Amino acid sequence: MAEYETVVGLEVHCELSTRTKLFCGCANAFGAEPNTNVCPVCLGLPGSLPVLNEQAVELAMRIGEALHCEIRPSIFHRKNYFYPDMPKDYQISQYDEPINVDGLLELPDGSRVGIVRAHMEEDTGKTTHVGGGGRIHEAGHSLVDYNRAGVPLVEIVSAPDITSAAQARAYVAELRAILVATGASDGRMEEGSLRVDANVSIRRAGSDELGTRCEVKNLNSLRSLGRAIEHEADRQASLVDSGERVTQETRHWDENASRTHSLRSKEEAYDYRYFPEPDLVPLVPDEALRQRASSALGLMPAARRARLQAALGGAEHARALMDQIGTVIELSLDDLVLAASAGGADPKHALNRAANELASQGERARALDPVSFASLLALESSGTLSATQVKAVLPELVEHGGDPAEVARRHGFEQLGTEELESAIDGVISASPTEWERYVSGDARIAGFLAGQVMKATRGRANGKVVAEALAARRAGVSAR
Amino acid sequence: MERISIDEARHVARLARLDLADGELDKLTGELSDLLEHVEAIRRLDTAEVPPTAHPLPLSNVFRPDEVRPSLERAEVLAAAPATEADRFLVPRILGEAP
Ligand SMILES: [Zn+2]
Repeated sequence: MAEYETVVGLEVHCELSTRTKLFCGCANAFGAEPNTNVCPVCLGLPGSLPVLNEQAVELAMRIGEALHCEIRPSIFHRKNYFYPDMPKDYQISQYDEPINVDGLLELPDGSRVGIVRAHMEEDTGKTTHVGGGGRIHEAGHSLVDYNRAGVPLVEIVSAPDITSAAQARAYVAELRAILVATGASDGRMEEGSLRVDANVSIRRAGSDELGTRCEVKNLNSLRSLGRAIEHEADRQASLVDSGERVTQETRHWDENASRTHSLRSKEEAYDYRYFPEPDLVPLVPDEALRQRASSALGLMPAARRARLQAALGGAEHARALMDQIGTVIELSLDDLVLAASAGGADPKHALNRAANELASQGERARALDPVSFASLLALESSGTLSATQVKAVLPELVEHGGDPAEVARRHGFEQLGTEELESAIDGVISASPTEWERYVSGDARIAGFLAGQVMKATRGRANGKVVAEALAARRAGVSAR
Repeated sequence: MERISIDEARHVARLARLDLADGELDKLTGELSDLLEHVEAIRRLDTAEVPPTAHPLPLSNVFRPDEVRPSLERAEVLAAAPATEADRFLVPRILGEAP
């Protein structure tokens, strides 16, 4: 079998976080009752006229700026096709004069992926196929909800610079972090805010020639994206090895079956008859618009990584923590880590709790008060609370806020330092009198055993350091008598 | 002068989902070719000094603030549909794939 390289270009559709649709005042809201956010414009009723949403323009420009694109004058076109997801029978999109061109995205590992364009367009409605197990061609009929029709999108098209499934995943993860940082998108793949199509081809290792590519659709998670690229590259390699040719076509990724299957051959390529949208005037990013877009731009993930690395004592120290750093930046918990560190917490400790316990709380963890996070970490490092207790207190702090010491008290955790701990020690002494005698008579090796028994009796709620101190104090009391 | 072929006319008709009889196709092929000739005549003009125009109105950046306006009542919307089910537009079985 010959050696092949995988070549991937990605098209990412990003729904913009505007209040309204791209060309009308209908709400841009996920999960609304079907066909409640529709009006004559987004239903394409005769006589209605689209008017461009200024905020969507600003968000598109922020994306362009964050991806180092040239932001340029642009116009809208009609992309004509017959499919019930667009009531107008055309989609308003940008064609040969898009707003953002020629950018680049640098990945955390330093590799760079070119951005060909990032243009504006409107989303389509949502179709549901009824009967035939939801498969389009076996369905009896289909149902359409036009709430999503007209929602603003930016489609970001990468150059075919991606050479592996892992790099493709890293690209989408970084792009998502950038889109969230710009405020342009909530980045939720599972809700369809971010949708990825992959153009996959293979070529002989070392060759500059591009092979015939297939477009893979239905990639609903980073996991699907990685797996689909690997499977598609393997499929193409076996075809070429057996002397066959790859046909340019669109393929559908089936996550359950772990394979792609053909949707349509590009031989009967769509002819969209693009023509300039006569109802919209040109969009010219002037100085005022550019100013607004760049001043609203948040700190980008690369800068935020650097900031965290510095807090952790430099890139060298941070190298082993790259996964944790990636997690907190992806979940926008880095501000919290930095604020807690500024409040006296050990940055590594804060990073660790944020990347594990807080990350498992999902997006609501962002709402945690940094002061309360820092005092909880202080309670842990002073030995007042055990790691297990901290993990129990954190979700409640995220959910309801409040003073960590108070929340810990309510969980009965602080009593453990006094009465409960002492009675646990009493229990251990009477259950293991021989071991206790050895300890009292100075056998230091048995201390770990006794502490372990106390931890067991308190179901891990005791702090190891505090237990050791309590045992020592008890022994001192016995010896003094 | 380039004239369009009857096959090209048939292709354009198919894209627009027009079911034309052969006689109609002949007639429209001729008319489309005449239109192209007219465009060709315009193309012969010297436009070196004329800036490209994207729109007949000398306007750009016509915007709308990002403020929610009331949408239509769903009952009113669905009343205009030939068929509905579960508060959605019902369409016949889809034969092509999504573009
Ligand atoms: Zn609308």
